[in-house]
Amino acid sequence: MLALVSPALLVILALIVLPVGWLAWQSIYHDGFTLENYRRVFTEDIYWRSFALTFEISLAVTVIALLLGYPVAYLANSVPKGWSILILSLVVLPFWTSVLVRAYAWLALLQRTGVINQLLRYLDVVGEPLALVHNTFGTVVATVHILLPFMVLPLYATMQKIPGDLMQAGASLGASPTLTFMRVFLPLSLPGVLAGCTMVFVLCLGFYITPELLGGGRTVMVSMLVSRNVELYNQFGAASAVAVVLLLCVLAIFFAVSRFISLDRILGQK
Amino acid sequence: MTTKFCYALLGAVALGGTAANAAEQITFVSQGGAYQQAQTVAILDPSAKKLGITINQDSIPDAWPAIKTQVGSGKPIWDVVDTPTGNCLRGGEQGLIEKLDFSKIPNGAAMPEAYRSPYSVSYEFYSSVLSYSQKTFPKDAPNSWADFWDVKKFPGRRALRNHPFATLEAALMADGVAPDKLYPLDVDRAFKKLEEIKPHITVWWTSGAQSAQLLNDGEVDMEMAWNGRVSAVAKEGAKVAFTYNQGILQSTSLCILKGAPNLDTAVKFLNEAVDPVHQANLPLHIDYGPGNPKAFETNVIKAERAAQLPSEPANAAKQALMSYAWWSSPAGEAAEKRWASFMQK
Repeated sequence: MLALVSPALLVILALIVLPVGWLAWQSIYHDGFTLENYRRVFTEDIYWRSFALTFEISLAVTVIALLLGYPVAYLANSVPKGWSILILSLVVLPFWTSVLVRAYAWLALLQRTGVINQLLRYLDVVGEPLALVHNTFGTVVATVHILLPFMVLPLYATMQKIPGDLMQAGASLGASPTLTFMRVFLPLSLPGVLAGCTMVFVLCLGFYITPELLGGGRTVMVSMLVSRNVELYNQFGAASAVAVVLLLCVLAIFFAVSRFISLDRILGQK
Repeated sequence: MTTKFCYALLGAVALGGTAANAAEQITFVSQGGAYQQAQTVAILDPSAKKLGITINQDSIPDAWPAIKTQVGSGKPIWDVVDTPTGNCLRGGEQGLIEKLDFSKIPNGAAMPEAYRSPYSVSYEFYSSVLSYSQKTFPKDAPNSWADFWDVKKFPGRRALRNHPFATLEAALMADGVAPDKLYPLDVDRAFKKLEEIKPHITVWWTSGAQSAQLLNDGEVDMEMAWNGRVSAVAKEGAKVAFTYNQGILQSTSLCILKGAPNLDTAVKFLNEAVDPVHQANLPLHIDYGPGNPKAFETNVIKAERAAQLPSEPANAAKQALMSYAWWSSPAGEAAEKRWASFMQK
C-alpha cells in the first residue's frame, strides 16, 4: 500500500510542502531572523482592511451561493434520475470554461455599455446606466457564479442519503409538506450545508483574478496584496507573510468546522 | 535515414555554435511582443550587421527580479537589458548594473543629459496621456489635467492607472504645478488632489490592455492611458483621441548587467543601438518615440509621422519628463508604498 501511495506523497512533498515551507521560512528570515513582515501585516491598516473585505466578500458569496444552490440541489434530488443528471450537468458545465473567460463574460454583461444596462435603458427602467461592475458588487456576482458548483454538489450528495421514507412518515403523522421539510429534511441536510459553505467560503478567501478584473482597482482582496507586496518590496518574505496569515485563517476555519462535522465529508463528500 | 539526418543536424548546430562563439556576441533582453519585433527590424538586425556580431535575444515582461537573481548568483547570462529607466538607476545604486564609460559611447554622450544617467541611455519613449471619447466630447474635449479634474465642466466617467507613476504628476499639474517644476514631487499635495477626484474614478486600471478595453467599449469617457494603446484603439475604428498636452513622458533605457559575460561587445552594441539612424527607424514600425532626440534630425521620420510621436521635440515640450531619479529615491519609494493605503481608504 505504501509503495502505491509513495509517488503521490512525493509529489505533494515536492510541489506543495517544500515550496510552502520555503515561503514561510522567507517570511521570517531575510539576512537574519526578522518579524518585520509580520509587524507590517498586523499593524498597518491596509492589511486589516483587506482581510476584513476578503471575509465580507466570502461571507456574502457563501450566503448567496447557499440561497441559490439549496433549491437547485433540492430539485435535482427530488426529480427522476434523468432530470437530475441534466440539472447537475448544467451546474457543472461552466466549470469547463476558464475563470478568465467567465470574468470577461461578466464584464460584457455588466458594464455600462453591456447587455444588461442596454436592456434596462431600452425598457426605460433606468435613466442612467447602473454601476454593476468595477466594484464589489460585480466581484461578488462573478464569484458566486464560479463557486456555485462547490455548494450544489455537497448539498446534493447529502440530500441523496436522506431516506425518502422519513418524509412520508412525517406526512403520515399529519405534518404539512412545509413542516416535514422544516423539521425533518432541513436538519438532515445540514451537514451538506456546512460542507458546501466551508468549501465556498475557503475557496473564495483566495480569489485573485475575479476581483482583479472586476473590482475596478478598489476591491483589494488578500491574494492581491500578496502579488502587490512582491512588486513593492522586491522580496518574497513580505508577500509570503500575508500568505501565511491567510493559510492560518483557512486552517483555523477547517479546525473549527471539523468539530461539528468530519473533514472527510467536506473534502471527500462521503 | 531520419537518425542520420538528426546527427547531421546536430553536427551543423554544434559547428554553427562554435562559429558564433568565435565571433563576438551578446545577449540582449527586452519585453517581447510587437515591441521587440519592431526593434529587431529597426535596430537589432542592422546593429548586428554593422558591428559583425551575433545578438541573441531573450524577452521578459519585468526584468527587475531576473536582474537581481542573475547578478546575485555571480554569473549573469544576459548582457544588455532594455527596461524602464528606474530599474537601471535602482540597479546602479545597488551594484547590479555597470557604470557606463561615455567616452566609449559617443552616441550616448551626444544625447542631452536628461536622456541619460551614469548607468543608462534612453532607448525609447512613451507617454501617459489624457485620452477621451470623441462620442462624448465631439468638440471642446478635455485638454489638461485641470480639465480632467473638473467634473462640472466635463461630466463623464473617468479612469486612472492603479499606480503612482505619472498619476501623482498628473494630480500636481491639475493643481497648477508647471510640467517642468514637478520634481521633487510634493507628495502630500498630490495625494490631497487625488482625494478630490477619487469619488469620480470608475476604474483604476492595472494593465495597458484593460485601459484600451475601457476606452474601446465606452466604459469610460476619459482616462489616463499610454499613447500607443490609445492610437491602437483609434486605428481599429473607435472614436477616441488623446492630447500630448501635459502628458508624462516616460522611457525605457538600455543598461548592462554587472559582470556581463561580453562587456566590451555590450558597450559597442549599446553605442550602436542609440545611433540616430537606427533610432529613427523604430517609430516606422511601432508607435513609440526614439530615445535619442537626434533621430528627428535624420530625415528618416517624415514630418507628419514625427508629429504623432511622444518624444518629437514640439510634443516633448508640452509634456513633463518623468524623473526616474526621483522615483528611485527614498522619497519616491515612500510615495509608492503610500499608494496602497490611498487606494484602500
